[in-house]
Order: sequence, then structure tokens, then C-alpha cells
Amino acid sequence: MSGTKYTVSRDDWTLHRKGEIDRQRHREKVREAIKKNLADIVSEESIIMSDGQNIIKVPVRSLDEYHFRFNFKKQKHAGQGNGKSKVGDVLGSDPQGAKQGKEKGGAGEEPGNDYYEADITIDELAEMIFEDLGLPNLDPKKKPELSSDSVEFKDIRKKGISSNIDRKRTLYEALKRNALSGKPGLRSITQEDLRYKTWDMTVKYESSAVVLAMMDTSGSMGPFEKYIARSFFFWMVRFLRTKYQNVQILFLAHHALAHETSEEEFFTKGNSGGTKCSSVYELALKVIQERYSPADYNIYAFHFSDGDNLSSDNEKCVRLVQEMLKVCNMVGYGEIEGPYYYTSTLRTAFNKINNPEFVTVSIRDKSGVYPALKKFFKQSS
Amino acid sequence: MADDLILVEEAIEKIISKAKEFKLDFYDMYFEICPADIIYTFGAYGMPTRFSHWTFGKAYHKMKTQYDYNLSRIYEMVINSDPCYAFLLEGNSLVQNKMVIAHVLGHCDFFKNNARFKHTSRYMVESMSSSAERIRSYEFKYGRDQVESFLDSVISLQEHIDPNHYIKKEKKQVKTQKKNCSGGCGKCVIKEMQQKDSPYDDLWSLEKNDNESCSGKCKREQNVKKFPEKPEKDMLLFLLHNAKELDDWQRDIISIIRDEMLYFWPQMETKIMNEGWASYWHTRIMREIDLDEAEAIEYAKMNAGVLAHSRVSLNPYYLGLKIFEDIEKRWDSPGEEEKEKYGRPGGQGKQKIFEVRATENDQSFLRNYLTKELVEELDLYLFRRIGYDWKITDKNWEDVRDGLVNNLTNCSFPYIVVEDGDYNKQGELYLKHCYEGVELDVYYMEKTFPHLFRIWGRPVHLETVLDNKAVLHSYNGDKHSRKYM
Repeated sequence: MSGTKYTVSRDDWTLHRKGEIDRQRHREKVREAIKKNLADIVSEESIIMSDGQNIIKVPVRSLDEYHFRFNFKKQKHAGQGNGKSKVGDVLGSDPQGAKQGKEKGGAGEEPGNDYYEADITIDELAEMIFEDLGLPNLDPKKKPELSSDSVEFKDIRKKGISSNIDRKRTLYEALKRNALSGKPGLRSITQEDLRYKTWDMTVKYESSAVVLAMMDTSGSMGPFEKYIARSFFFWMVRFLRTKYQNVQILFLAHHALAHETSEEEFFTKGNSGGTKCSSVYELALKVIQERYSPADYNIYAFHFSDGDNLSSDNEKCVRLVQEMLKVCNMVGYGEIEGPYYYTSTLRTAFNKINNPEFVTVSIRDKSGVYPALKKFFKQSS
Repeated sequence: MADDLILVEEAIEKIISKAKEFKLDFYDMYFEICPADIIYTFGAYGMPTRFSHWTFGKAYHKMKTQYDYNLSRIYEMVINSDPCYAFLLEGNSLVQNKMVIAHVLGHCDFFKNNARFKHTSRYMVESMSSSAERIRSYEFKYGRDQVESFLDSVISLQEHIDPNHYIKKEKKQVKTQKKNCSGGCGKCVIKEMQQKDSPYDDLWSLEKNDNESCSGKCKREQNVKKFPEKPEKDMLLFLLHNAKELDDWQRDIISIIRDEMLYFWPQMETKIMNEGWASYWHTRIMREIDLDEAEAIEYAKMNAGVLAHSRVSLNPYYLGLKIFEDIEKRWDSPGEEEKEKYGRPGGQGKQKIFEVRATENDQSFLRNYLTKELVEELDLYLFRRIGYDWKITDKNWEDVRDGLVNNLTNCSFPYIVVEDGDYNKQGELYLKHCYEGVELDVYYMEKTFPHLFRIWGRPVHLETVLDNKAVLHSYNGDKHSRKYM
């Protein structure tokens, strides 16, 4: 006999939930952090280019556990080879190296690759982004084609799921039963007394709507400008399709000429050539006139450009936008400020228009996409 | 199920008596078989009973994900306690369990006998549980978010304790300088004598007019006293005692985290030795118990997994094991030189490794016992970042050994001391990083400052070195600033 005592046992651990609970809390914090950083995350390349991938990785810096530590990249580390290592052998390279050139500013002390990456589905992210977005100025009088689902608790039944117990009615039933048996008051609650709420899915019809996505694809729109415009439209399309069932979206691209494109083409193809923004407004007006009667439809138009328009065309644009305002619930114009300085941009010309239904934004960098979404789709309360 | 338990019990019985034959010395053992989730929880928290915090949830998530994707697997978890708690992974095969049990006994022997563990509380399971209970009660009382964010702050500074605080400090001496008092002031002399330690100290307090001494004429420098008198390594203790605006519950939290860190510290500073020792013993013991062929193959596979190494990090199990084996060999059959120079008679291998396990920590272990031959045999090297590449820069055995030893200083955390708790005479906190050739991560430093500020309540400063120049980083609760000194 060894003299040392020992026991061995196997307990029931099913109630030990601490790890799971703290994990949940961590997850909550990740969500909060993502919400706080939506502006940066919205235009993450990995999302816009994700091509339907469902789970994406989002960098969350604020969940790092900060403490005083050494600069990892300036430290000497130890490793172990397989017997043949030599001084000068390369063990690995930082992927950051290649990217560094592309990123503007911010380089330097940021260690870059060691932040926490949260997994999130695009749907979850979309939900956060769209939480308080909506189509503004929706006019309910128009043809009700646009529907959205809603859940309503309408009925009371004797069977149901326990989270839906209707406490008030259950107590009432118990009281009633006791009173009937001649012993008024509340005693025990029996299976018989339980009442449950049940819900119905109801389709809430809203007015029908059509949204015109208009993008400048001329030569002056560089990769950055196009990327910004597409990020915006990416979320816009997703948002409209998530929240409304029958909204129609038309895609119009233009350089000196405007044409209607397929959704895929709109998001992938580049063009070149000169710019005449009026062309797209003309096309929009034509489309509206031919296919979407303002009496039946809520009409929205959003145009993104770098503002580098043929200056003789600017006046015409102003006139056409005013035309459009007569038939649209809202017209939005987003200008992406490129690296060049233009004395006269389309936006300057648009300053003349004084109509609350005409909304403009300027976007300087990636973090401007989210505010633009919020400005254009401000819920009218 | 019950049969399993009986088999495990038999194995334990056998392995314990084998370990005893080998003169391993451990506490009574308490084995618990539990599911993976639970082992991962314990792994993330370091202790089954520890308080709740999202950072543990994060660690747990990471470990669990790796497990779910089969990227890594821990087989066991041992706790430095008396009796010693060890958790075995449910679903381990019997051979796996045998190896784990043998390994665990090695750990427990190490916990019980290594000098660094001498002062660790063997009742930490219980005290962490009661701390967790208190923290939970604070959450009820003051709100979860408030308690959580205070924990965030304290945790961000948790490495800054003094693991040597059990070593007796020199006696405190109040510095009283003789400046301005040319001896004419009798009361000063009395006061000074008072401050000398003597068996009659208490007599001096009979002197009634204590407060009136030095009533002006004698301009003894009052402010010469530094605060703290000597640079203070135990930042948490300093904050606990001196941060002005903390509530009792906040001080309690600081002291909880500090106690837990003091408990975990010896494990961090003996990682290589402890894993090496446990691996050494599971190898020895497994060799002596009967395994059938299938078991032997399974064991060999698993053992190879445990001892596998990577090019960019060292495997403590492997490194520690190799050094222990090497020591044993060299003391059992010393070379001619060793015989002559050190008078090593030979045959002392076992005795020597038991002595080493009792007296060293990782730093001294490597410094004293990592030899040229071992560095070459294991093909150890140093590497660092050059441009965007990570390159091997050094294979000279002494450089490699010293590099390793240096990296382990202060458990690889920056050594930072509290230099002044009344900086600028405004109660600001002045810390100093004892720079030893490696710069701090500035981004992280700036993100840590707000935590420090939240606890101290006044501007905080940290002196360190960047690009070979002394620099003072400051944070005033609002902005960071940096100036070269």
C-alpha cells in the first residue's frame, strides 16, 4: 500500500455553467464593440468582397486585454530547429509587409495583426447596421405592394410554450376555479389553469417603393471612389431587401452616357470616359415617367459621384434634380472626395437647392459610408 | 461506466505505488473525471472556483474552439492544493489516463517540494471560491458593469506584484537628514534616537512633548522623505494602500487579484521545470508498468505529441525533460573533467535531479544546466524580426542560453516600479520601467494608462526608453503626452 490517500470520482457537471456564462458575456462585449465600430466595419473590404460568405471576421481592438508588455517585434525570441538550422534562415514573414503600402496613415506603432477577430455572420451585422434605418417619408396612400412581416400576440390558448405563459389570465383562471369550488382565493395553480399567449404572423402592407441606385463610373472615379460608392450600395441593397419585401431596385450607371444595368454588372464592372451627370438624371426621369407613376410609388433616388462633372453640365443637373424632387420622396447625392481638389464640384452647384427632401453627404474615407447610410435612411418618426 | 472507474482506480493505485518507489513525494490525491467543457473552463480560469470575468470567457472560447476543431487538446489539469486536485478528461482512454496520472503525480511532487511554492496557499481552492462570492456580492450591490470595469483595470496591472515579497526587506529607516540642524536642537536629537531600533524604543514614547519638537527654530528638512522610500515593485500593493479615492470593495478586489497572482506566479516561473519534471516522471513510470502492444503504440504517439516542438517557440515539456535527463546523465557518469574539477564521484543522478527540482526556478535552471551540448543537440537558436522577415540571428550556445534566461526575467513581463507616489507634489504617480534592452509596446502602454488612471485617480507617468533615449509618457485622464528626457 502506498500510504498516500486518493479518491477518484465522476460528478455531474451539467450545472457548471460559468465558462459558458462568461463566454456569453464576452460575446455581448464583442457585439457592443462591433456596434461602436460600425463606421469602420461597414466598409471592411472583407465584407463587401465577401461574395455571399456567411461568416466574416471583424477586427475588434477594444477587446484586447491591455497591459504593459514588450514590443514583440523588437524582441529576440527562441526557437528550436530540426537539427539543420543556420543563422539567416527565414522562419516566416509578416503578411503586414505587403499591405503596409496600401494603407494610408496609421502605420507605425500599431502591431497590426494581434487584435481580436470576432466571427460574425453578415446577417447579424446587417441587423445591427439596419437597426434604426428606414425609408424616409414613406407615403402610405400609394399602392400597397410593399409588405413587411410583423408578429402579434393575438390569441390565448390552453397549450403553448412556457415562456409565453400569460400570468394574469392564468391567475384569473385559478381564482375562478377556486371560487367555483366554493373556496375563493388563490391557492395552487393547476395544469388546467395555465393560459398561453400565441402569436400570429401578420403581413403589414406598406406602400410600394422603388429605389434608383445611380453611380458615376467615369474615368475620374478611381478604385477608391468606386469602392466607397459600391460599399454604400451594397448595404443599401441588403438593407432594402432585409427590411422590405417588395421594394424594387434599379441600377443606373453613367459616365457621359447613362444606362440601366443588371445588379451584378453594377457591382463589378468599371467604365471610363468623361462625365456628364445630367445623363443619369435624365434617364431616371425617363424611367419614372415610363414605369413608375409617382401616384402609385414611393420613389427614391441615390446618386454617388466624385463630383468631377463637366462644369457646363452642372446647371442642367440642378434643374433636373429639382425636376426629380417633384416626383420623388427623396433624392440623395453622395460625393466622394478624391485626392484632387476641384474648384467647382457638382455638390457646390447643388448647394443652391433648398429642399428638405434633397439630402447630400460628402465621404472622405471608408468610415464615411455608415454615416451616409444613416443620413439617407433616417427613420422618420 | 462504473467499470471504467474501477480500472482507473486500479491504475491510480499502481501508479502511485510506483511513484512512491521512485521517491516522489506528493499530497493526497483527488482525481475527478470531467467532460471537456469543464476542463477547458478550469484551464481558462486557472482554478475551478475563480471569479467570473469576460476575459476568462474569451480564453475559454478560444480553448474550446481549438478543441472543437481538434487543433489542440489538454488531457489534464492539476491544482496546487492539499489534497491535490487533478482533473482527467472524460473520454480519455485508459492508457491516456495512465500517462496523465503519472504526469500529474510529477506536478504534485513539484508543487509540494519546489522552494518557489513554499509560500503558496494550499487552500486557494477555498479562498478563490470565497473571493468569487464576494465579487458576486459587489456586482449585486454596485452593478455588474461597474465591478466589471474595475476588474478590467486591476487585471490590466495584475503582473505588477512582487513575488519576492516574502523575503524579508531591510528594516525601514526613516531618513532624517542633519541639514539645518546643527545639533543645537535637543529635541531633534531625541527624535533621531527614537528612530533607531533598540529594545528600549517604547520608552521614548513616554516623551510627552513629541509633537512640539522642532517648533520652527530647527529647520529640519521635512520633505526629504520620499514616497515610496524605495522604488516599489509591488504596484498592486502600492495602489491598494495609497490610491486615495477607492472604496473598500475596490481595495478588496485589488487584494484578491494580487493574492491570486502571488499564487500563480510560482507556476509561471517554473513552467519549463515543472512540465519537464512531470514529463520525466510519466516517461519513467510508463516504462515500468505493463502495457500491451496496442497501448504501447498509443502511448508512444501521445507522448510524441506532448513533446513535439515548433520552430518559433520552445516546448517547455520537451526542453525541461531534456535538461533533467541530461543532468541525471552527467551526475551519474561524469566526464573526466567534471570528476576532477567538481569532484563529482558519479552515481548521483537521481539525488541531483531531486535537488534541482527543489531549489531552482526556470531562470536558474537554464542558466545552470543548459549546456553547450544540449543547445546544439536540440538545435536551439534565437530569432528576431528583420524587415518583414523573422530570421535566425544567433546560434552561439552562450548567447542562446543567455537570451532564453533574459526572456524569462520577471516571468517575461516588463519590470516596472513605482518611483514616486507624489510626483510634481500633486499626488501624481510616477512609474519607471527598468529598461533592459527591449522596448515596451507603446500602443498597449497608452491603452493601459487609462486603467491605471482609473485606479490612481490622478495623472500617471511612466519613464522608459525608446530608440535609446529616455522618455516620459504621461496621461492626465484625458490626453497622452510624451517627452524625451
